[in-house]
Amino acid sequence: MEIFGIPLQAMLGQLLLGLVNGSFYAMLSLGLAVIFGLLNIINFSHGAMYMMGAYLAWMMMEYLGLGYWWSLAAAPIVVGAFGVLIERVLIRHVYKLDHLYGLLLTFGLALVIEGVYRDCFGVSGQPYGVPEALRGATNLGFMILPNYRAWVVVASLLVCFLTWFVIERTRIGSYLRAGTENPRLMQAFGVNVPRMVMLTYGFGVALAAMAGVLAAPIIQVSPLMGSNVIIVVFAVVVIGGMGSILGSILTGLALGLIEGLTRVFYPEASATVVFVIMALVLLLRPAGLFGRES
Amino acid sequence: MNTTLCNAVGTALVAIGLAASGAASAQAQSKLSGNAIRIGVLTDLSGLYSDISGQGSVAAAQMAVDDFIAANKPGYKIDVIAADHQNKPDVGSGKAREWYDTQGVDLIVDVVNSGVGLAAAKVAGEKKKLMINTGAGSTRITNEDCNPYSIHWAYDTYALAAVAGRAIVQGGGKSWYFLTADYAFGQSLEQDTTGIIKTNGGTVLGSVRHPLNASDFSSFLLQAQASKAQVIGLANAGGDTINSIKAANEFGLTKSQSLAGLLVFISDVHSLGLNVAQGMQLTDGWYWDLNEDTRKFGRRYFEKMKKMPGMVQAGTYSATLAYLNAVKAAGSDEADAVTAAMRKTRYNDFYLRNGHLRDDNRMVHDMYLMQVKKPAESKYPWDYYHVKATVPGDEAFQPMAASRCPMVKKT
Amino acid sequence: MASTGNRPARDFGLGLLALAVFGAIAPWIGLYPVFVMKALCFAMFACAFNLLLGFTGLLSFGHAAFFAAAGYAAGYALKVWGWSTLAGLGFAVVCAGMLGLVVGALAIRRQGIYFAMVTLALAQMVFFVFLQSRFTGGEDGLQGIPRGDLLGLIDLSNDLNLYFVILGVFLATLAGCYRIVHSPYGQVLKAIRENEPRALSLGYRVDRYKLLAFVLSATLCGVAGACEAIVFQLASLTNVEFVISGDVLLMTLVGGVGTLLGPVVGSFVLVAMESYLAQFGSWVTIIQGSIFLICVMAFRAGIVGEVIKFLQRRDDRSKARMAEGALPSST
Repeated sequence: MEIFGIPLQAMLGQLLLGLVNGSFYAMLSLGLAVIFGLLNIINFSHGAMYMMGAYLAWMMMEYLGLGYWWSLAAAPIVVGAFGVLIERVLIRHVYKLDHLYGLLLTFGLALVIEGVYRDCFGVSGQPYGVPEALRGATNLGFMILPNYRAWVVVASLLVCFLTWFVIERTRIGSYLRAGTENPRLMQAFGVNVPRMVMLTYGFGVALAAMAGVLAAPIIQVSPLMGSNVIIVVFAVVVIGGMGSILGSILTGLALGLIEGLTRVFYPEASATVVFVIMALVLLLRPAGLFGRES
Repeated sequence: MNTTLCNAVGTALVAIGLAASGAASAQAQSKLSGNAIRIGVLTDLSGLYSDISGQGSVAAAQMAVDDFIAANKPGYKIDVIAADHQNKPDVGSGKAREWYDTQGVDLIVDVVNSGVGLAAAKVAGEKKKLMINTGAGSTRITNEDCNPYSIHWAYDTYALAAVAGRAIVQGGGKSWYFLTADYAFGQSLEQDTTGIIKTNGGTVLGSVRHPLNASDFSSFLLQAQASKAQVIGLANAGGDTINSIKAANEFGLTKSQSLAGLLVFISDVHSLGLNVAQGMQLTDGWYWDLNEDTRKFGRRYFEKMKKMPGMVQAGTYSATLAYLNAVKAAGSDEADAVTAAMRKTRYNDFYLRNGHLRDDNRMVHDMYLMQVKKPAESKYPWDYYHVKATVPGDEAFQPMAASRCPMVKKT
Repeated sequence: MASTGNRPARDFGLGLLALAVFGAIAPWIGLYPVFVMKALCFAMFACAFNLLLGFTGLLSFGHAAFFAAAGYAAGYALKVWGWSTLAGLGFAVVCAGMLGLVVGALAIRRQGIYFAMVTLALAQMVFFVFLQSRFTGGEDGLQGIPRGDLLGLIDLSNDLNLYFVILGVFLATLAGCYRIVHSPYGQVLKAIRENEPRALSLGYRVDRYKLLAFVLSATLCGVAGACEAIVFQLASLTNVEFVISGDVLLMTLVGGVGTLLGPVVGSFVLVAMESYLAQFGSWVTIIQGSIFLICVMAFRAGIVGEVIKFLQRRDDRSKARMAEGALPSST
């Protein structure tokens, strides 16, 4: 069976791979959106945090002999704690300033983190093995899908759903949303807003770190992996609507699929299609697909 | 007032002129600029090609310098400097320019990555200083982009196609699909291999281009799979080759189609492991386990780097030593004289078998068709290859008649 | 009053003169001309960028596109069409300006961070075009661009000859920036930067002013990009990458946003760091990042900005002292 002269098999395969990439976009842009929603900071160091997560997994394996599952639990906690520290020491001081300064600050931070890792590990990628339980592949008929990639989609959808549920459907989430709307009022109600902000930043970057651990067995663990993906993830957040939780998840997944489709018809453009969409969305619907016009 | 100023300026100019001519005559006497030779190793020290050249190449150049000094006790200083070109043509050519202009570099070697190699060769041509490329593969170095100061040493994409490529087509792999690194090297390799496939009765169904240093090959491999070609030709190198072979295994491509690594180095086989790489046919310009001489060099290098050298690293040694010997023979480090001395030499050493430097600046020497051993056949560490055939240089490299180099006079 | 009114002009004139003198002697005090040329090209680039960020308040993430486009245009005209150096330079500048018109017309419809994102998106599309087009040489870049000569008189393949030409172009560009900023048009731009709604309500057609500023900035970027390609005889993809847009922002920030000489100082500092710290490899990135952090946390005015602030404070103090000593009749 063929669609526009493209075998259906090939198309399904590319779409599935696109979904795997989309899962990463969704997790990364979710963290970015959460941070932007509450802190009004465009966290340029998000990619660096993602890279740190992957490297923590690699280092735990290399130096401590601790496997994948340990890293999946530990790396987000370590990176989250690092994020909390960064928020306290640096980011806290630029809330009152223009957006631009938060962006520049986190951009500088990303450079420093990336530079440190480059100095320690060089730019060439380090291989990281697929965990025992997820080795092998499943024949889906139209393609052979490595089990690990299927796991990535499931795991990230789960994490995204949980995050969405907590923010939109629980009491903690309602504090958070209220803090976004009117921090002063929340403070008056006795909520410790600075602490909430700090923990939110930690949570956002922990999500990035978890995405990093998930990505480690698929791509080479390299100091540049963060800066390779950060711009695309930015675009996802802008397309979805800055600060929109659901928007960032759905846009992330959709963008992965669109990239997959582009690979079928015009492979060279697959890395650029996201920017075309971003430009169009910004010009036609500036608040993003899921954002509210202010 | 004005006249005195003019006089002063005039005197100063004359003085500068005298000083300059004095310096020039001093140079002419010693024949060596600065009474020293400096060799620059311009390479990838941190990226995807650092295993095939990198620090190993720097060490090899230093070994050649040490050996030359030990054997000849020259009355001038020789040293080696190195820099990382980060696989960027602008960084590499900028470095070459700075080295020739300000560091007194007489020879640049290695220059792995064809994009960088071509850009840096332009600088060498303009500065009329020598560059011997032992790392990059594109045949453009000795064809469209040839110049008298850029020499191509170890291998090129034509030889890769003419040795292993031809063997695979003749062995029955008639329909091909390429996975090509999208820069000078990948393009040359795809083009040269396509030529060989067609003359041997095979067909090329298409190709997919991937960026240099791609992180994930899965989608490219799905495209290759959909082509239903018998052979998927990997027109890439180093880290890219390793990752594409790994991904092909992960996605089960190797069950129905066969992979042809068109440029596979021994370091690649080492990191892939024999389990994955076994049975693969490949072209090599040199192997450490060919004979007593190669083993001797291999072991010395191993002492330093804890790895066996590949054809690029050993090639850097070979080129550096050949250059120093040519400087000695010419009694000058002036590039034209050195090249002339090299052209007169017939090379037969641990690296070059039946080697000679052609007019298009191609170093022609015997190449080898290798097959990767099965894990059971490997008796000791780094025992990876069966030598299937030795291909004489004139068959392995592009014939002069087909040269596209303007330097070569067609008769 | 008259003397204070001329003060900026005099200061700028002195600065320009100092730069010219320093530039003229630089090759004789051990500075490698190619290095200084690189710094001068980036200084022009940063000045052009600052015209937009510092004097109009628009942050663009896509200026690498204009810089690189001019490089490719100049390279192609010189290498393939065999144009003279000046004609190639002119062609490149026009190309960059046209590209600036297209990008600017789309981007000025949005504000703040959204403006930055539109420029980023469009610059990435330009990157794609350059990566895919055969005329740019893709990853290998457009190599072997001839430097040519100046009006058939001066051979530019000589580094020193080219150096003085680039120095001249640089000084002219800087003077041009001064002219723009201190014109009535420049005053309107400043008004827009300070308070856009008020400028709008005063009857200024804000969008037209912004667009013109964008095009001017892109055009000057074109001068810088074309010069860089001619100096290095290479136009490569590195210049279209997002990193370059980040670098130029850092240069402007370090030197001082909204000051004329700031970007010049900033670009010299950063290019020097890149060249002389190169042997430390990744430490360059770490230091660059740290400078970003320090600038944002402590020195938001940048080097030149802080110097100006210091001088003003001293000025104010001495004025205050004079006022105290003076007779009350002066009031």
